Amino acid sequence: MSASCNNVLVVAETVDGRASDLSFELLAIARQLVQASDGIVSAAVLEKLDAACIRDLGARGADQVFSISDDRSSAYGAERWLATLPSLLAEHGPSHLLLGHTALGAELGPRLAFRLGTTVATGCERLELKQGKLSVLRPCFGNKARETLTLQKCPAVATVRARMSDPLPPASRDTKVIAVAPPTDSAIATTVIRRELEAEMAGARLETAKIVIAGGRGLGSAEGFQVLEKLAAAVGGAVGASRVACDLGWVPHSRQIGLSGKTVSPDLYVAVGISGASQHMAGCGKARAILAINSDPEAAIFRASTFGVVGDYKEIVPALIEAIGALQ
Amino acid sequence: MNIFVCIKEIQNPELVSDLFRVDEQRKEVIPVRDMPLVTSPFDEQAIEAALRIRDRGIAATITAVTLGPKKSLAGLKRALSMGADRGILISDPDLEAQDAFGVATTLCRAIEKSGPFDLILTGRQAADWDAGIVGCGMGELLRVPVVTLAKDVRVESGKVVVERVLDDGFETVETTLPCVVTVANELGEPRKASLRETMRAAKKPIVTHDAASLGLTADVLGDSTQRQTRDRLFIPAKDGQCEMFSGGSPVDIAQRIAARLREAKHLR
Repeated sequence: MSASCNNVLVVAETVDGRASDLSFELLAIARQLVQASDGIVSAAVLEKLDAACIRDLGARGADQVFSISDDRSSAYGAERWLATLPSLLAEHGPSHLLLGHTALGAELGPRLAFRLGTTVATGCERLELKQGKLSVLRPCFGNKARETLTLQKCPAVATVRARMSDPLPPASRDTKVIAVAPPTDSAIATTVIRRELEAEMAGARLETAKIVIAGGRGLGSAEGFQVLEKLAAAVGGAVGASRVACDLGWVPHSRQIGLSGKTVSPDLYVAVGISGASQHMAGCGKARAILAINSDPEAAIFRASTFGVVGDYKEIVPALIEAIGALQ
Repeated sequence: MNIFVCIKEIQNPELVSDLFRVDEQRKEVIPVRDMPLVTSPFDEQAIEAALRIRDRGIAATITAVTLGPKKSLAGLKRALSMGADRGILISDPDLEAQDAFGVATTLCRAIEKSGPFDLILTGRQAADWDAGIVGCGMGELLRVPVVTLAKDVRVESGKVVVERVLDDGFETVETTLPCVVTVANELGEPRKASLRETMRAAKKPIVTHDAASLGLTADVLGDSTQRQTRDRLFIPAKDGQCEMFSGGSPVDIAQRIAARLREAKHLR
């Protein structure tokens, strides 16, 4: 097994010219993977970032940063990466690839694996590197089961769910920055015509909120979310939702928590009118505590919660807002 | 145009957790007895996406393709009674226990064998292993564009326009035919079988294939275990007991919850 099988490359997505939180989480995981073997952790960014942002990637764990200055921002994300990464790996040596399990990563990971003739695991929660091989733990069957897979090829590709690790505290590191020219000859078949971000709801950012108040079908209507927003405002939290509530159009889909939505790991997750399907729990199971409010005493959510109350949320939640207000 | 929709028949993913069992030795799910398979919900939405393209006036032959046990035929029949025109059943025990590379290779071979394709649709992931690899891999094997997580797929002047779901919004992308598009739940409810199509479905052709008829030798498929191995499959233990609050008025209960949350430092 060649030494390169101990190297890890993080595909770092950017948001508004900064590496995403998830990129920093991936760097922390990568550092842990290479710890025993002294492998190298690299990060690749597609946008031209300013020096401070590149330093951030180093401070959070990257030994080297491949700065790919690709300005074809109207080209489809996965195709932009696919145009560069294989040649980058060919030139600088192979390396296991870690991607976030995002809209981009969930597509790019499998496509890269096929293009590189290697193998991939998606939506991973825990990773290990054993004798140069990636071993992963991932949820399957709608989060009812877990499997561990050993990726027998080197390099291999893994996409990782958000909030599976904390970013490392910033440390000074002698990070090498390697400028990579974008390919000039690659044809882009897919172009982005329009991009529209969903309006932010009031309150904290869902991904990083210490408290998340989430609602489901049991709220009965879109109006039900208004009282949840009040509770969120009272505790400085963010509002989330089950897939059903999003599919019914009660809340924007960007608030969806679960296997096909976002993953959160707050100190407290308040699940209101959420039955607790395993698919939903994939998105909130990492919460330090879950408070379930549900009118159905048999709801599965109570089996996965720390605290529970059976009752009508229309009575409980306003009373809770009052009670919390009185404590403060 | 020729649209192929890849579907997978699986154990009902809505099955309550109490009935869900795994065989940890064999690393397989133990099927619930007498429980019919269902089409993976995202794949059903892929069929819906194909039908909507035709509803919008594009002349299209829609072929449903599945790889699985013989009883997967029921899924093809459902697809035909929703409005698909023909079915391809690939059934061979040797082809079922493969990784995503093997499955993608198999599906591509079956599609290529049945003629030219313009658009391949499939669900964002199958609701059993939840991997979402096969559709993306097919695009790579066929060297055609891939667009994932579609909530709307239109064919306009020889191009495909896809509205896709992002983590914090949506984007509309345009790509060339032929291509592969995977469909997300945001596409909306698939239609039910219609009486008219169900009557017609009995006459619609279903072709059956196995490894031999597709020329899928060990050479082509390789050895899945050289790519990845499953070391464990298990149901995680449910930890802890839920501390229930009951008795008294909602106001009493809320006060006790608030105090308890503060005490356990879940509230600042």
